[in-house]
Amino acid sequence: MASKPAKEELILPNVGRFQAASLPAQEETTRSWKRLKIGVPLGQFFFNGFTVTSAFIILSLVLAISAVLAVEAVPALVRFKAGFLVGTDWDPVNEQFGALPFIYGTAVSSFLALIIAAPFGIGVALCLSEMTPFWLSDILGFLVELLAAIPSVVYGLWGIFVLGPFLRDAVEPVLVRYLGFLPLFQGPRVGVSMLSAGAILAVMVVPYISAVCRDVFSAVPAGLREAAFALGATRWEVVRLAVLPYSISGIVGAIILGLGRALGETIAVAMVIGNRPVISASLFMPSTTLASAIANEFTEATSDIYVSALIELGLVLILMSLLINVTARLMIYKLITERFSR
Amino acid sequence: MAKMRLMRLSAYFGRTRALKEINLDIPESNVTAVIGPSGCGKSTLVRCLNRMHEAVKDARVEGEVLLDGENIYAPGVDPAQIRRRVGMVFQKPAPFPTMSIEDNVAAGLKLNGLGRSRAERAEIVERSLRRAALWDEVKDELGKPGTSLSGGQQQRLCIARALAVEPEVLLMDEPCSALDPISTAHIEELVLELKSQYTIVIVTHNMQQAARVSDFTAFLLGGILIEFSDTKQIFTNPEQQETEDYITGRFG
Repeated sequence: MASKPAKEELILPNVGRFQAASLPAQEETTRSWKRLKIGVPLGQFFFNGFTVTSAFIILSLVLAISAVLAVEAVPALVRFKAGFLVGTDWDPVNEQFGALPFIYGTAVSSFLALIIAAPFGIGVALCLSEMTPFWLSDILGFLVELLAAIPSVVYGLWGIFVLGPFLRDAVEPVLVRYLGFLPLFQGPRVGVSMLSAGAILAVMVVPYISAVCRDVFSAVPAGLREAAFALGATRWEVVRLAVLPYSISGIVGAIILGLGRALGETIAVAMVIGNRPVISASLFMPSTTLASAIANEFTEATSDIYVSALIELGLVLILMSLLINVTARLMIYKLITERFSR
Repeated sequence: MAKMRLMRLSAYFGRTRALKEINLDIPESNVTAVIGPSGCGKSTLVRCLNRMHEAVKDARVEGEVLLDGENIYAPGVDPAQIRRRVGMVFQKPAPFPTMSIEDNVAAGLKLNGLGRSRAERAEIVERSLRRAALWDEVKDELGKPGTSLSGGQQQRLCIARALAVEPEVLLMDEPCSALDPISTAHIEELVLELKSQYTIVIVTHNMQQAARVSDFTAFLLGGILIEFSDTKQIFTNPEQQETEDYITGRFG
C-alpha cells in the first residue's frame, strides 16, 4: 500500500494494466526504471515506438497519395466536373475527356475475371484441403501459389500469343454458336478483347483466391468436420455442412482480395485488351481500363489538362476500389447478421 | 447379446500403437463405460467403432470390429454407412454454425434421405429434441442459431442431432467434460433413459460418472484392455491390481 503513490507516478496509461498484474516484482522494477529515466522498460519502449511509427507511416502514406492525386486532378475536376464520370468521349487532341469507357472496362473486365476465377479458385482450394493427401496438397498448393509469382508482363505476352488466339479460334466460335443471340457474344473476333482481358485476369487472380480460401478452409475447427463425418456425411456433404458455411465470409474476403488485384492490374491487361475507349456490349470488342489507360497514355500526355485527366482516372480507380471493398464488407456483414437473426 | 465385437483390434498413429489387440464385446441395449488415465487410448477405442479413427493423418487399424456380426473394416464397406448406424457425440459440442437449432437436428436427415416431407421432418426434429431432453427449453425458438445455446444445451443439441438419424449404437466421447455439474446431471439422466433403445458406449475420465451411468466398464491402460466386466464388479471388487490402483486413486 505504501508504495502505491510512487507507482502511480510512473505508470503510463497504456501499461498500467501490466503493472497491476506484477505487484510482487514492483519494487525491483521501479528501481531499474528510475535508472533508465524513461518510465517503461526499454524493450517495451522500442516496441511501442516501432509499432506506432509503422502504423502512422502507412496511414499517412495512404492519405498523402490520395491528397496528391486529388490536388493534381483539380484542373480536370474543375473543367469537366461530373461530366468526367459520365462522358464517353476521350479525345486528347480536342481536350475532351470522359472516363466512362474506362470505368466500364475496368468494372466489366474485373467482374468477368471473378466470374471465371472464383469457382476455380474455391474449387482448387477445396480439392487441396479436403481431397488430396497431405503431402500432395502441399506440393500442389506451392505450385498454385507460384502462379502468383509470375510477372504480369509475362502473363501479358502469353495472353497476346497464346490465350488471345486460343480464345478467338476455339472458345469464341463456341460461344457464338450457342449463345450468339446475346449481344455479349456478337461482332467481329480479333483476339484482343474484353474477353481476353477477363480471361488473363482470371488466371492471375486464381492463385490469390485459392491461397486465401485454403487458409480459410484449414481454419475450420476439426470438431465441426468430425461432427459431419460422424453423421455419415460423404466428403462433399462435409464440405456442404461444415466447411462452406463456416468459411463463407472468408471466401467473400478471398474474392474481394482477387477483385482488388483485378481492378488494379495494369500491364497484362494493357497488352491484351486492345485499348480502345469505347463502350460496347460485345465481349469480343476491344476495350480499355483505368489502369491500362494511365500506363499507356502517360508518356503521350503533352498538355497539362491531359495529365490532370489521367490523374483523375487514378483517383477514380482508387475510389472505385474503395467503394467495392466497402460494399462487399457491408454485404458480408449483412449476410452474417441476417443469418443469425431470423 | 453383443451388439459390437472387437477382435484383436489394434490402432496406430503412424508408428505408435495406441491400442494393442483389444478383444471386447459390447452388449446390446446397455451402457458400456470406457475408463482409464489420459492417453490410455479411450478415445481411440471408440473412434475405431465408427471408423472415425482413420480420419486422422497417418492413422490405421488392424483387427476386426463386428457390428451385428459383420466386420466394419471389411473391404468395400462404406465408412459413411457405418457412421450412420453408429452415431457419435464429441467432447466439445460442435453445432453447425450458420444453422438454426432445427436445421442442426435435421442436418443428418438430408444425408440419409429421410424426412423428405416437411411434417415428417418437423416430427423427427421434435422427437429427437425430446429424447435429448432439450425440447422444452427450445421449442419456441427452433429458428435461433444452434450456437446461441449454452454449452450444456449445445451438447444436448448434438445428442439430438446424432439421434435424429436413428443410429443403433451411440458413442459418447467424454460428453460432459466441458460441462458444469447441472448440465452433466442432465446428460447422465439422458444416457440412462436412452439405453433402452440404443447401445451406448461412453468414454469418461470421471469414475463416479462411469459408476452412475454404466452397466459394464472397460478399464484401459497404455492401450491394453486390463479389465472388462460388470460395473458393480469393477468398482467394488476388481480382479486386477492395476484396476484397483486406478479406481482408488493411487495413480492416473
